[in-house]
Amino acid sequence: MEVLKIATAGSVDDGKSTLIGRILYDTKSLTDDKLEAIERSSKQKGFDYLDFSLATDGLVAEREQGITIDVAHIYFSTANKSYIIADTPGHVEYTRNMVTGASTSQAAVILVDARKGVIEQTYRHFFINNLLQVKDIIVAVNKMDLVAFSEDKFTAIKKEILSLAAKSDYKGQHITFIPVSALKGDNVVYKSENTPWYAGKTMLEHLESLNAQDVYEISQARLPIQAVIRPKTEAFHDFRGYAGKLYGGSLSVGDAVTVLPSKTRSKVKEIYFFDKTFQTVERGTSVNITLENDINISRGDLLVKSDELPKEAKQIEAKICWMDVKKLVPGSKYIVQHGTQRVLAKVAAIKTVIKTDFSGNDEETDQLEINAIGRVNLKLAKPLFYDAYADNKANGSFILIDPQSNHTSGVGFIQ
Amino acid sequence: MSTRLQPNALESEAIYILREVAAQFEKPVLLFSGGKDSITLVRLAQKAFYPSKIPFPFLHVDTGHNFPETIEFRDRLCSELGVELIVRNVQDNIDAGKVQEESGKYASRNMLQTETLLDALEEFGFDAAIGGARRDEEKARAKERIFSVRDDFGGWDEKNQRPELFDLLNGKIDLGQNVRVFPISNWTELDVWSYIQKENIEIPSIYFAHLRKVFLRDGMVWSANDAVVYREEEELVEERMVRFRTVGDMSCTAAVLSEAVDIAKVVEEIRDSSISERGARIDDKRSEAAMEKRKQQGYF
Repeated sequence: MEVLKIATAGSVDDGKSTLIGRILYDTKSLTDDKLEAIERSSKQKGFDYLDFSLATDGLVAEREQGITIDVAHIYFSTANKSYIIADTPGHVEYTRNMVTGASTSQAAVILVDARKGVIEQTYRHFFINNLLQVKDIIVAVNKMDLVAFSEDKFTAIKKEILSLAAKSDYKGQHITFIPVSALKGDNVVYKSENTPWYAGKTMLEHLESLNAQDVYEISQARLPIQAVIRPKTEAFHDFRGYAGKLYGGSLSVGDAVTVLPSKTRSKVKEIYFFDKTFQTVERGTSVNITLENDINISRGDLLVKSDELPKEAKQIEAKICWMDVKKLVPGSKYIVQHGTQRVLAKVAAIKTVIKTDFSGNDEETDQLEINAIGRVNLKLAKPLFYDAYADNKANGSFILIDPQSNHTSGVGFIQ
Repeated sequence: MSTRLQPNALESEAIYILREVAAQFEKPVLLFSGGKDSITLVRLAQKAFYPSKIPFPFLHVDTGHNFPETIEFRDRLCSELGVELIVRNVQDNIDAGKVQEESGKYASRNMLQTETLLDALEEFGFDAAIGGARRDEEKARAKERIFSVRDDFGGWDEKNQRPELFDLLNGKIDLGQNVRVFPISNWTELDVWSYIQKENIEIPSIYFAHLRKVFLRDGMVWSANDAVVYREEEELVEERMVRFRTVGDMSCTAAVLSEAVDIAKVVEEIRDSSISERGARIDDKRSEAAMEKRKQQGYF
């Protein structure tokens, strides 16, 4: 079955948890015991409604403070698709969690309170989804019941977000606007009678119509090698397989391939998935391939088609979202994990902090604080074989690991 | 040779994760309970490394309260696969006075497993422990990372987890730390059952409907085994057709009334079920934060 990953961001006040709860409730995904637990807990807190945030905010601290701190994963399914919702916090101090949730999602739901309209948080959420090039954006204009289902309010919000989209570098986005009331259930799973002026789909209908492909888009085939499989058994004495997950494009038996960094060339001999062989393998699959001739390949190498070579550089410029309390400063050293390889890198220069409000007023800086997004130049110990993030997400992104603390300190998108 | 391989996102994700564990850690171990989730993990590990053997041993923390059907199944599978099976017993820690057995009506050895697990990880120097936990099981598990770093005491710092972006997994740790790895994080209960059906994977017989001596307590069906499960006199034993949805300890796993005698009927039943899987876990009912608290102490 197809799996569609969706990221949502926002605070409890936006009705985000209520919206997720509504989807689960109306798709009958909440089992009796979970529903009972929510009822019990809501009653205990003296609420006269069902507090669905209790289903999504899994940590004690979150329930105490009434906010979402970390990404939670929520699962539901319909007859034709499985859904994974990455429920992320909306506050500015959790920008890194928003980026984390968006990095593995094919679609994003942006909640806007119909009474408040577009606020700072909406800008940031929309900006991050642009930065990560999330293809399908659903703007759920929520609490429509509190503005008497006013078409004017809805249209005003739509206009404002479309004007933001016009300022964005990323043009491949599909934005859909849906007027909803999560609390009452209007246009979430069931079509509302309160919005006769809205001819579009309900939120679930829209999600059902999306194509649940891998988050990585169609581009050129990239196979970062995870492991060399050498069984050395009698039956497979000379077997030498190269295992990895294929990104970007398909790969077929007979394709001429080049292995990087050695630039050795060969041809695909067999494509194994478990004990069966295939003629062609699609992107998104974890395969094990053999080549026509024995060449020296190890973990961290990148296998590509010979007529689709990536870029090569020892200096790169990237947009980096910083995730560590220890600031990013010039001259510091980090480990770049790109695909399955790790390369030591030195921060050559930090150029600007990018404003997430689409103002374009980026400020010059020499450091990045936690949750900031900036333009950074990195100098690498060995050449990187990469694509621009816009061309190939898997081969255009990396994480920075602090060699002292081992933390995942930042994520980069190569320009 | 088949022509075109259709991707299965969840399966490929799990295989990718298992290969990352093998590559990034020096001494990984697969936590094998004989339950359906760990059996699914075993199939995925076979696929990840074929035609090589699974490159890590299995560890079973035996509470001494396991279903005999599960233990028999465990031993047979491991010998078929030719993998090393390490068994560590909770009973040993009880005998040594390191942990104390709970008493009373709801006594269970479930909590005591943690100590034995941590001891075993230390004894062998395992730096990664692969488990079959899923995010859909429980709300604290919904917050869990795929590579989840634990400190020297097995503790989980839930408010300060490493971000996980794209498919990029960071398994770098300090000496003494270890990582819990969850390759089927994103699978739901139905995904696991559907996979078992599709792949025709053998599972212990207690997952299918069978006649069993049981008694009812708090609206749940308990296995009547007086050696392991404390029973009040007025809690009467009767014979019913039941099966287990989840296989933990006999003392903390309730059965469900069921007529599902084969995998197709089980999948059908799960699809229509109105009770979640962990609804049959007595250990989760202790408090709203039961799982989070256990995880902070190093529970799986």
